[in-house]
Amino acid sequence: MAAPTQTPPDLQQRSFEEPRRRALREAAIRYALLAATSTGIVVLGILLYRVFSDGLTYLDFGFLVSLPSRIDPDSAGVSPGLTGTLSLMLIVALGSFPIGIGAALYLEEFAPKNRVTALIETNISNLAGVPSVVYGLLGAGLFVGILDIGRSLLAGGVTLILLILPVIIVTSREAIKAVPNELREGGLGLGATRWQTTQKLVLPQALPGMITGAILGLSRAIGEAAPILVVGATSARFRNNSPLDLFDQFSALPINIYNYTFDPDPVFTQLAASAIIVLLGALLLMNGIAIYFRNRASRGNA
Amino acid sequence: MSPGDTPADEQGTTVDQDTTRTEAAPAPARPDAQSTRAPQRDLRDQPIDREVVDPVFELRGVSVYYGDFLAVRDVELAIPRNEITALIGPSGCGKSTLLRTLNRMHDLTPGARVEGAIEYHGHNVYAPDVDPVEVRRRIGMVFQKPNPFPKSIFENVMFGARINGFKGDADALVEKSLRRAALWDEVKDKLHESGLSLSGGQQQRLCIARAIAVEPDVILMDEPCSALDPIATLKIEDLMRDLRDEYSIVIVTHNMQQAARVSDRTAFLSLDVKEDGVRTGVVVEYDTTDHIFTQASDERTEGYITGRFG
Repeated sequence: MAAPTQTPPDLQQRSFEEPRRRALREAAIRYALLAATSTGIVVLGILLYRVFSDGLTYLDFGFLVSLPSRIDPDSAGVSPGLTGTLSLMLIVALGSFPIGIGAALYLEEFAPKNRVTALIETNISNLAGVPSVVYGLLGAGLFVGILDIGRSLLAGGVTLILLILPVIIVTSREAIKAVPNELREGGLGLGATRWQTTQKLVLPQALPGMITGAILGLSRAIGEAAPILVVGATSARFRNNSPLDLFDQFSALPINIYNYTFDPDPVFTQLAASAIIVLLGALLLMNGIAIYFRNRASRGNA
Repeated sequence: MSPGDTPADEQGTTVDQDTTRTEAAPAPARPDAQSTRAPQRDLRDQPIDREVVDPVFELRGVSVYYGDFLAVRDVELAIPRNEITALIGPSGCGKSTLLRTLNRMHDLTPGARVEGAIEYHGHNVYAPDVDPVEVRRRIGMVFQKPNPFPKSIFENVMFGARINGFKGDADALVEKSLRRAALWDEVKDKLHESGLSLSGGQQQRLCIARAIAVEPDVILMDEPCSALDPIATLKIEDLMRDLRDEYSIVIVTHNMQQAARVSDRTAFLSLDVKEDGVRTGVVVEYDTTDHIFTQASDERTEGYITGRFG
């Protein structure tokens, strides 16, 4: 953006905008966009600062392995929430990826393009915008009520799977759409079937984008408190202390955070901050694993 | 193709001529790029018969639709075995569309529909009991934009063979296919590098090698040189003339000189514009390339070839 020096006289005579004004507007736009970016970064910075300044006091190994307490902040912990969140992550990941990616592949590569599929596509996009508490009510009614699997880890996990499936399907479809059509034609032109083309050419290209979608979906799922509260998560201990018993009661870190936040004793609100740090750690761990797989998938596409 | 690749390509050209030209007579001079005179043939010493006696494709009353839109109307065409048949004509006249019906790639476009019969060795490829996947294996295709898979050169060549359950010697197949596509000498030391690392012209020859590896009997080429520079184009044209002994080739080209240089027969397609503005592609004239370029019987053909329109 060099400063305008001399304007050729013939240009000035014509009815063009003065270069100096153009340069000013260019600069104004640039700073406006920078301000928009900064907003997010500043808010995140404040949030992290507050969480860490409050939360580090009580955060130690004991906090991870102790039960929640309303009496003694020094011996209180988040062990049911942490194990519950890790179990939920596993269930949600195992359940939502195959179904979500499968549905996206079907819609993009196999389904005929007609009104029925257009209706399905619109509905999936709309479902991605349904408030999470509504999914909680669905889970409570369908899994706890009708299917009678109890206020269990399984009921919570399946509810969260339903919650993030639309997100995973929509992002996976975008990733599949971004695969150049020449690649499909190349495969099909050699006598490959649809599935061979999809499996060997489309999927490897789309996988990094799909994993990004999965990261977004999973991050959303493990941060949600409302749906699992409605399904019946508690901050209590597991009945038989096995975090992978699908039919046992369950807890999750958002529940611990919720309970600590509303404790009347201000010391315990500091524990909420500690629990938030644990949740962020779990998120980072999960995203780290997913990014590792994404980079490996990207490298495969030489 | 990046400028840095050009020297390698030029080297390749000489190698190419030493190793893959087997005919005794030296290659005749290439027609002037601007000239529209009769094509010069370097492989066929006898003039070809104007009648197609041994067709690999016979198109009878073929009309091609996109939904309700009639793209190409009523094509009658007999495409001969072991010759190069060029489809030429102005943009939008349906020559690529027609080409893509031959191996049922046209099916992949939503709403696509074909009427009439496309007989391949006497079997209608659009018969209800025909599996388009099998059609496409036997009738290979090379596309406008080189589209190697994001895999190694080796795996690019092996792709078609693998998906068709090839059980033989992969190394031998890769070498044979790459040699046949006049690419072996340029890539034999880097078979496990990405196919995308090659220059544009090399990528296109890789795509030809990939098509050859599944042993098709026809190769369809949809403007295979339109994304390539003149040197790379020349190599592909040499290769096409070389492949003609084993394969029947149908090529769509925008470039009339290319049709004149490489093809044995030429079909000229044009747009038939009705009063209501509906434009439909039709085959105006189909004859030996010599005839089309020297004594076209339809004035639209002559007008197009001499550059009065299109």
